[in-house]
Parts: sequence; C-alpha cells; structure tokens
Amino acid sequence: MGMRELIVSKIKDGTVIDHIPSGKALDVLKVLGISGGKGHRVAIVMNVESSKLNKKDIVKIEGRFLSKDETDIIALIAPTATINIIRNFEVVEKRKVSLPRVISGLIRCPNITCITRHEGIETNFEILSAGLRARCSYCGIELSYSEFVELILKQLGTRT
Amino acid sequence: MNKAIARFRGRDVVSTLDFDKEDLEALFKLADEYVVNGYKDVLRGRVMSSAFFEPSTRTRLSFESAMHRLGGSVIGFSSEEATSIVKGEKFVDTIRMLDSYSDIIVIRHKYEGSAKLAAEIAEHPVINAGDGRNEHPTQAMLDMYTISKLKGSINNLVIGVMGDLKYARVVNSFLLALTIFKPKKVYLISHPLLRLREDVKKLIASRGLNFEEVNDVNLVLSELDVLYLTRVQKERFLDPLEYEKVKNAYRITAEIVKKCREDFIILHPLPRVDELDRSVDNTKHAAYFTQASLGVPLRAALLSLILGGVH
Repeated sequence: MGMRELIVSKIKDGTVIDHIPSGKALDVLKVLGISGGKGHRVAIVMNVESSKLNKKDIVKIEGRFLSKDETDIIALIAPTATINIIRNFEVVEKRKVSLPRVISGLIRCPNITCITRHEGIETNFEILSAGLRARCSYCGIELSYSEFVELILKQLGTRT
Repeated sequence: MNKAIARFRGRDVVSTLDFDKEDLEALFKLADEYVVNGYKDVLRGRVMSSAFFEPSTRTRLSFESAMHRLGGSVIGFSSEEATSIVKGEKFVDTIRMLDSYSDIIVIRHKYEGSAKLAAEIAEHPVINAGDGRNEHPTQAMLDMYTISKLKGSINNLVIGVMGDLKYARVVNSFLLALTIFKPKKVYLISHPLLRLREDVKKLIASRGLNFEEVNDVNLVLSELDVLYLTRVQKERFLDPLEYEKVKNAYRITAEIVKKCREDFIILHPLPRVDELDRSVDNTKHAAYFTQASLGVPLRAALLSLILGGVH
C-alpha cells in the first residue's frame, strides 16, 4: 500500500481497476477503449508488489464510472482484476470481473469468408467457458481464448 | 411427436444442431408418409423463395419440386448474376425483398453465416441450403433419413466419412447430425491435408461421438456399414496448388467394394467428380441415387411442417 501511495494518489470520483496481472494494464485500457484522448485523468501503475499476485498493475480513471458490462470484457485478459467504484474518495462498490456470454462488435471475424466481413454488420462472439473458446455466432469459427485475445489486441492496435 | 410437430411451425433451419432426435423422427415419419401415400396440396397459395446465390442442382430442384408437389409455388434465382447484387445491392436488402414476396426463404450463399444473418433479418422462416464451408443442415437430414430408411436405424452402425473433410460443409452437418444419434463408431478417412477442422473435431468429441482418424480406407473397409463419400471442394481452396496435391487422393471402385460387408452401403451427396467410379453404380452397395431421390419427400416434409401443412 505504501508503495502505491508513493506513486499515485487517491482519486475522488471514478473507477480503480486493481489486481491486473503485471504488464497487462495497457492491454486492459486498450480493450476498454480508453486512450486518454477524452480528457479523463488516467493513472497507470505497473509492476507494484501485491500480496495476491506477487506483482500487479493498477489503473485509476478519474471521472468515469465503468459499468459491469464495460468491465467484464477484461476478464479475458485480466481475470483476477477487481473493480472499485469510487465516490468522494470512498469505495462505494467493489466487484470482480466475470466473462461475458457474448462479445459484440469489438473485432472483425478472422474468417475472410464470414458474412460479417462482407455485409458490414457487428460480429458476435459467444464465449464458451466450458472449452475456454470463443465462437463466431455467424460463421461458427472457434478460437481459443489466447487466440481470441491476441486477435482483439492486434485489431485494437497493441501488443499481447 | 405432436410437440415436435408444433416446434417446427415457423422455425428457421440454420444449423443441424437446432434439432433433436424427436424433431428428426417426426420429420422422417412425415417424409415416409409422402413416399407411401403421395403428396397433398397442403401448401396451396403459399410461396417459397428459392435464393441460390451459388449453383446447385439437387438441393434447389428438390426444394422446388417439393414445394410444387405440395401445391405451393416458387419464385427465385439460381445465381448471383441473376440478381441486383451485381448492381451493388446489399445481401440484406435482397433478403428483405424476398421476405416481403414469399412465405419462406431457402438460401444458399458462398459466405459462412449468411443463412443466420438472413434468418435475423427476415420475418418469415429461412432454411439454410448451404452457407460457404459451414453447414448444409437439410442435406444432413436427408443423409440421416436415407440411412435410417435403408439400415433401419443409425444407432450402433460403423460409419466411414471419407474425402474432403476440411472444406465440405456436408461433412460438418453430417457429423453434427450423427451426434444426435448414437452410431457405434465413426471413421474419418482423408488425406492429411483434408483432415476435419480442429474446432469441428472438438465439437463432435464434446457431444460424445466415438471417432477415429485414418488415412487409408482399406484399413477399415470391412468394418463399415455405411461409407459417406464427398468430392474435393475445388471452389473452397484458397490455394490452387493445395487442390492439385489432393484432387486425386482417393477413389472408390467396384473392385474396392468387393472387400465390404454384404449389406454395406455408399452414400454421396453428389455431384461426384473422380472419387466415386461409375463401376460402383451397378453394385448393390450404391445408395446415392436413392439418397438423392429421397430429397423431395424429405424437403416436402420439412416445408410442410414449417409452414403448417400438418396438424
């Protein structure tokens, strides 16, 4: 805790994403579509000590309250993440991330003969937790979680 | 059975797995009735759109024949060139138009997921008559119907699936349909370059299908009750060199089938190229023409159940 306070101060209102696996903070921001371009104050803390994870990343976003639907998507990259909603310096809501059943419109289907590639419609990937796979609900192509995450980050313009 | 009949009313046919054993048995029973007692004018005044963006002989003509035999009528096209798609019209707009002109849409298209998208857009039922490399559920229904009619049951059979397991959508749908029944064993017989896709393999394994991959049909021929043969899907190869390597990878002849069981049958969704020699046609094992002829009663039963021609 002491280390964190040295690096970045508490936020008044907003969202803190804690317990991100070390090195994944930038990927989390990318998947959330937060580039810093909209003027919110964003603090990124990387590779700090953690009792749970040994090392972890933390992201603090001032002035934005991320909903469960918005944050569940990061469960693919940071399944250990916890979301803290802060109002007037107090944690008013604390939740874990859980895999969504469907991820809509985030990425293009990698199958070049999928109808979604030719009709300009939103993709729908069903998350099949039993087999740790994602499946395009149109063409049926299945990807492992790691392939799916790699694709998301590639298409959103960052590295795994 | 009545519940299964009720479930068919107004439904889409996008994937083989949208159906269970009870559904398929109700479908086969009605098809049998048409085979034995002939057709009735139960769809008089109803219109079917036959939307074939890709070429087809058996599927399109058997659907159209089935609709006519039930007293209905047919509008449509049999190639993309015959539509306003060539003028730049969007697929979804074509579907909206067909939806307003007819009571049901039968669609074949080169892209995977096209039938699902059409079903989302259209208010009337949509039947997938083949979407790219993905699925061809009414062919699988026909295949299951043919096997159950000729062999009495699908359960406990040893079935070989041979040929282009990578690109043939009929293979995907055939295997998914087999998971609804309980065959004793399924052999996936192919050239190493034409192996079944990993995701399909995982899916059929998760649904409990007992299968094994083999390279050479001769190793398993004497065990088989049914051999399901497919052609190499030239039009789906992204790399022409890959097609050249495998186009003559396998061929079944009358000489080869001498090693088979007496009551062994060969199915083929047709068209064939070189993989199924004409010498097999005159043997008692050739069941593919029967299979093709059952396409009309089977598809008539499907149209009738969906459009409420059965009560």
